[in-house]
Amino acid sequence: MEHIELFFKSIFIDNMVFATFLGMCSYLAVSKKVSTAVGLGAAVIFVLAVTVPINWLLDQYVLQPGALSWLGEEYASYDLSFLSFIMFIATIATMVQLVEIVVEKFSPSLYNSLGIFLPLIAVNCAILGGSLFMQSREIETIGLAFNYGIASGIGWFLAILAIAAIREKIRYSNVPAPLRGLGITFIITGLMAIGFMSFGGMLTGGDDEGSKKTEQAAQIEKQDKTETKVIENNSTIANNTTVE
Amino acid sequence: MGLKSNLHNLKEKYKGTKMAPAFNAIHTFLYLPNETTHGGTHVKAADDLKRTMNTVIMALIPCLIFGIFNAGYQHYAAIDAAAGITREASLFGNFLTWDNFVIGAWTVLPLVIVSYGVGLLVEFIFAVIKGHEVEEGYLVTGMLVPLIVPVDIPLWMLAVAVVFGVVIGKEVFGGTGMNILNPALAIRAFLFFAYPTWMSGDKVWVHGAVERAGTPDAISGETLLGAYAQNSSLAGIDYMDMFYGFIPGSVGETSKLLIIVGALFLIFTKIGSWRIILSTIIGALSMGLIFNGVVDAGWIGDTSKFYGLMSVPFWQHLIIGSILFGAVYMATDPVTASQTNKGKWIYGFLIGFLSIMIRVFNPAYPEGVFLAILLMNVFAPTIDHYVVQANVKRRMKRLKVKTA
Repeated sequence: MEHIELFFKSIFIDNMVFATFLGMCSYLAVSKKVSTAVGLGAAVIFVLAVTVPINWLLDQYVLQPGALSWLGEEYASYDLSFLSFIMFIATIATMVQLVEIVVEKFSPSLYNSLGIFLPLIAVNCAILGGSLFMQSREIETIGLAFNYGIASGIGWFLAILAIAAIREKIRYSNVPAPLRGLGITFIITGLMAIGFMSFGGMLTGGDDEGSKKTEQAAQIEKQDKTETKVIENNSTIANNTTVE
Repeated sequence: MGLKSNLHNLKEKYKGTKMAPAFNAIHTFLYLPNETTHGGTHVKAADDLKRTMNTVIMALIPCLIFGIFNAGYQHYAAIDAAAGITREASLFGNFLTWDNFVIGAWTVLPLVIVSYGVGLLVEFIFAVIKGHEVEEGYLVTGMLVPLIVPVDIPLWMLAVAVVFGVVIGKEVFGGTGMNILNPALAIRAFLFFAYPTWMSGDKVWVHGAVERAGTPDAISGETLLGAYAQNSSLAGIDYMDMFYGFIPGSVGETSKLLIIVGALFLIFTKIGSWRIILSTIIGALSMGLIFNGVVDAGWIGDTSKFYGLMSVPFWQHLIIGSILFGAVYMATDPVTASQTNKGKWIYGFLIGFLSIMIRVFNPAYPEGVFLAILLMNVFAPTIDHYVVQANVKRRMKRLKVKTA
């Protein structure tokens, strides 16, 4: 159940592109054709699926405060979390190199159409974001970390797939000249984010009010929650519109 | 052929004169002209765009008239309810009355006027700047917008939202037939996220409920979905009332009977896609069935927040919210929906499925239909792309077999 919830949440509710606006550079640049978008999306899924669990291990056994205690008592007080960024990026860069070699070997046409954006996955903020979110959200087991990596990758994949299809569709539209290209893509992204907001705030609550206290207290609490949710959504849309 | 070709000859004869546009406007409203649409997505249909639009508006008029009466009826019913009198809805007894009409017209007609006025103004400005004829695209949007907002929405909010919807939702893409999101839904989404207090809650759905809140003669203005989401029981409303539409809600969405009539009209004139309508309903029913199954299996107790909506019998989901309205008038929008037949089935099914899912699982949004349609608008080109690719692949295979 935990796994399913995390999976669903990372794909739709905390979508990398539409909820946190991460990984925008390659998302905007490589979304002109569906086939290349699919290739890049698959690469991102793969890199996320590998790096997030590896970084989870690093975080658990090297970086966290007290993580080094497996070396001996005297290391228990060490806190290496200031190294997170460097360590995570190192893992990611290694994995991206691997992906690059594999893609070049097995699909030279995809390698050529992705161009510079394939090595640039290394600095794709969605990838580092995945590892950092994994750290800050305190994901508990390596299984969940793997799940989280794959699901965020799929979320990003869906986003780039959808925008690539839309951009193919509007290729012959009579877009005003100043907006052609990136301008309209930003606007589309904003509008798509509105569509994705249908999932915002989903799955909050559930059975957690199980121990009935008084019917009324629960009612009031519920209302409060809805209200804050609405306000939160509001601020997201405000952010979205400023991005536009 | 006689009258039609005569009219066409007249049109050719007076082409380029001053009154020609006026003549054309009436001509295309009354008769099928001999030309088809030149641009936009409608180029795939052998029909004139303005006529398509007019047919949809004709299908919407009954909903609007019903909405006007219902706005008045709900106002008086809520006042009676606050005074402790329960009313029995009857069509000629207390529904189609002059009092209801006056209150309804006073609240609903300004919405229509603002929607059309502001929207067409924006269209005109863009037409002048870009130097093309005024497009008919706003005709349906302008009629849909008043029908999907609460009666008491302040007019300036509506005006701001209409400007957003027409400019960002449509004109930046190059006008009618090019947009990716349904403009009417973009307008509603804008209102929903920018002014949530006026778009949801238990006050806005009945005229006068907001002004009276906190005063001794406060009245309730809650929709049925709101009541279900609070796990409270529904007293005194029977299913036939829901079906005929004597319930609070957005202006035009309440009467399921008239929506079905409109749907049949649209299907008969081949404007609306029956595939989308049918598959949306199937999707909604199957999600409802799944939730009913979850409740029956005892996986979820009545302490859960979701219990109230999950335990609603699956068929009832169709008559308590706006899913039918969305399925018939919004999802079938030929521009933003899937274009391929197989794609339409997938698109519609997912709309129904997601609508009910959002309705039940998302405590922040009491109604999910419009968001589900927006989301599927986003994915419609993707669905189309893969349907087309699958067709290409299949035919390639056939070709290979033939040549081999």
